[in-house]
Amino acid sequence: MMAVMTRWWAVAVWFAAASAALASGSLSAQDGDALGQVTYERWCAGCHGLDGTGDGPGAGYMLPRPRDFTQALYQIRTTASGDLPTDDDILAIIDRGMPGTTMPGWEALLSNDEREALVQYLKTFSRFFSADEIPQPLEFSRATRSNADVLAEGERLFREVADCAACHGDGGRGDGESSPALVDDGDFPIPAADLTENWLFNGGGEAEDIYRRLLTGLDGTPMPSLADVITAGVITDEQLWAIAHYVRSLSPDNPPGITEVVRGVLFEDAPLPSSVDDEAWDEIEGAYLPLAGQIIVMPRWFHPRVDGVWVQAAHDGETVAVRVSWSDPNNSPDPEWADWKSQVIALMQPKEGDPPDEGPTPDQLVVQFPMQMPEGMERPFFLRGDNRRPVYIWQWQSDRDGALEGEARGIGTEAFLSGGQDLTVDASHADGQWQVMFTRPLVTEDENDLDFVIGEAIPMALFAWDGDNGESGTRGAVSSWYFLFLEEATPATVFVAPALAMILTAALGFLVVGRAQKRERQSGKIKSETPNS
Amino acid sequence: MSNRFELRGVVAPTLMLLVMAGCGGGDGGGASSGGGGGAAMENPVNAATAGNIAGSIMFEGDAPSMDVIDMSSETVCADKHASPQMIQEVVVNSNGALANVFVYVKEGLESLQFPTPAAALLDQNGCVYLPHVLGVMVGQDITIRNSDGLLHNINASPTINRGFNSSQPVSMETTRSFRAAEVMVPLRCDVHGWMTAYIGVLDHPFHSVSNGSGAFSLSTLPPGEYVIEAWHERYGTQTQNVTVTTGETAEVNFTFSASMAQNAVVPLGAPVELHAIAEAS
Ligand code: HEC
Ligand code: HEC
Repeated sequence: MMAVMTRWWAVAVWFAAASAALASGSLSAQDGDALGQVTYERWCAGCHGLDGTGDGPGAGYMLPRPRDFTQALYQIRTTASGDLPTDDDILAIIDRGMPGTTMPGWEALLSNDEREALVQYLKTFSRFFSADEIPQPLEFSRATRSNADVLAEGERLFREVADCAACHGDGGRGDGESSPALVDDGDFPIPAADLTENWLFNGGGEAEDIYRRLLTGLDGTPMPSLADVITAGVITDEQLWAIAHYVRSLSPDNPPGITEVVRGVLFEDAPLPSSVDDEAWDEIEGAYLPLAGQIIVMPRWFHPRVDGVWVQAAHDGETVAVRVSWSDPNNSPDPEWADWKSQVIALMQPKEGDPPDEGPTPDQLVVQFPMQMPEGMERPFFLRGDNRRPVYIWQWQSDRDGALEGEARGIGTEAFLSGGQDLTVDASHADGQWQVMFTRPLVTEDENDLDFVIGEAIPMALFAWDGDNGESGTRGAVSSWYFLFLEEATPATVFVAPALAMILTAALGFLVVGRAQKRERQSGKIKSETPNS
Repeated sequence: MSNRFELRGVVAPTLMLLVMAGCGGGDGGGASSGGGGGAAMENPVNAATAGNIAGSIMFEGDAPSMDVIDMSSETVCADKHASPQMIQEVVVNSNGALANVFVYVKEGLESLQFPTPAAALLDQNGCVYLPHVLGVMVGQDITIRNSDGLLHNINASPTINRGFNSSQPVSMETTRSFRAAEVMVPLRCDVHGWMTAYIGVLDHPFHSVSNGSGAFSLSTLPPGEYVIEAWHERYGTQTQNVTVTTGETAEVNFTFSASMAQNAVVPLGAPVELHAIAEAS
């Protein structure tokens, strides 16, 4: 699933680290406690630490940090704010994991006995649990129906009464006034969740899940419980459901599936969208492409702000227009976020590579294509290509007008094309979202850039940086290769062949990543494979 | 269970019931609302033989200057103050007196049990907590009031007690209490990062907070030997031994200085230490 994908890099690193760092205990244990301990030390201690204090060998690479179990603060509960979780609560979160964080789900990996033993073992880390007091779940009312009136009421309550917008922002993208200063109980910066990406909610993204989180709060984080607000008669339980339905409505009906292809819609009669907020964009279906931290080349980055981007494309036979939209709470550099930035850098800067930029860093986006349409299935190395197969890039950044066309033969070798710039760009930042529209003639005079071919799968990859999240250079979010497919005038049988090619290349896409990691393992550094030109 | 739930009717009372039943859980005690004190208990102190402790808290050296709070985003709050508000961490007056020091009996009362006083008030007014430092007894209700009519959240992060994080989007009151003695329980409002408060929870009523002129007093104590502790959020704790005799007021003074800053408790927990990761292969 998507949610798992976005952080799987970090998890992969953890596995590597944990298996290296921890000798797993022997499974000779008979009773439940010992089974819990053995299972814990084998699978959980790498992140949560042998003594449950959340400081395993992988912990420094993660934000949010792995939970410290000694304070027994559990976010996802069925109990009131401040109350301990029930055993079922703990089991449920172990089973499902916490989307949007590095906490994996274990249901498929561990047996029932092991997971139940883990619940009991986790409780031994904290003196708060005792045999005499069994935490009582709240009684949750049944979901109300949602409709337009309910959503309108939910929106009003969200903005005007409960003031969720103070943290989450008017559009719910985590850009509220208070958001730059939010910290969790460990004093680590914590973003107000992006409510337009419900597949990344820690406790599940349906209205029922949201309603529960609103009643219980997410203990240990700034996200408060609204139980007292209902008890005090400020809002009714039914109104709480309205808020939950409204929050649910901010995300798509279904979590975005894994798309390989961004379809460039053909505008035969109507003019192409002329600006980033042209209403014509509303008619064009977007593809969601997940991004992950760049962890192949040093210095790596384990805490990307941008989880994924929505990409829309259109063409009219002469010009291609691509609009990329993504959540980012601010337009960097922004002095309000200066503290946030330095905290994140201090926390996420493993001792590797050059120190990150001290100066102001902008938000950036790079759209990457191969320099030439690949002959067979082989595409350039997804991190800026290499000598044999260079890439062609569009580079935009928030503190500069326009966008530049460039080429690269490996990371750090980016150069701007001298042969004339044919790219235009229009960007806007509003309600915690960047939208950047690029337009370019399909074919240019320039020998040195890519000619966009209609009816073929054009490899495309995206990279995004949130400057105020401490991102620049190799510290940012990357995607693997996807495809841009510009529709032909007559969608005929011709279509079958590209579709087949796409499926095949998709399979290859996974190989690219796998190979890249193997390369790194073998050579220690990727640089040897991508010599500077 | 009927499928036509009267939502309003069911949830709120259930919540109340659960909370009143003290579903805090855990041996360390939880924060719960309602409850109040134990059944009417006699005060074990005989006023006729009691004595008092009083004194003042001074600050030695130059007091650090506190930042002005930028309340421009909350005009309702800004308008409530005649002059710009400073961060309340270190409040020293022109005579060098240090305010907001929590002074309490740390040892010497172990054998006695005291009735729980009526509810204490913690007000959020003008986007600051009033008072900034509050003393209560275990089980004593704390009425947390929002007088601003705009969103505050009360996020308590104790170590010995259970915390809570409750939203107050309008003018309203919430009642909580703590089950175990703890000096101090930090409170914060995440919406207004400058808003912090500390609650000292004791199993007896002998606590005081130094006022603007540094003065504090603990009155009507049984005669005896006591250890008095003074706590400051940045400068940590100090103790002194005091003897209380009938009808007398024993004087105890404390002096804090800037060099004591390292003694301070880190209210929100220290960050996890960064560990080097074993390189993949
Ligand atoms: C790759 C690192 C990683 C591994 C491995 C891992 N966790 Fe976690 N876990 C996390 C992180 C990070 C969090 C905190 C997420 C947050 O605060 O949003 C977390 C949180 C939790 C929580 C808190 C849930 C809540 O409601 O707040 C539980 C329980 C938990 N993990 C159990 C486990 C168990 C049991 C295992 C082993 C089977 C395990 N974890 C393995 C990273 C990990
Ligand atoms: C004081 C700031 C603050 C306020 C006010 C606030 N939130 Fe949050 N909220 C957060 C933070 C921070 C998180 C992220 C917690 C995490 O990542 O573990 C969050 C997370 C969430 C989530 C995701 C839950 C999950 O399972 O991960 C939802 C849904 C949510 N908030 C809805 C709301 C709604 C609705 C309101 C108003 C009634 C609201 N929030 C008010 C700070 C706030």
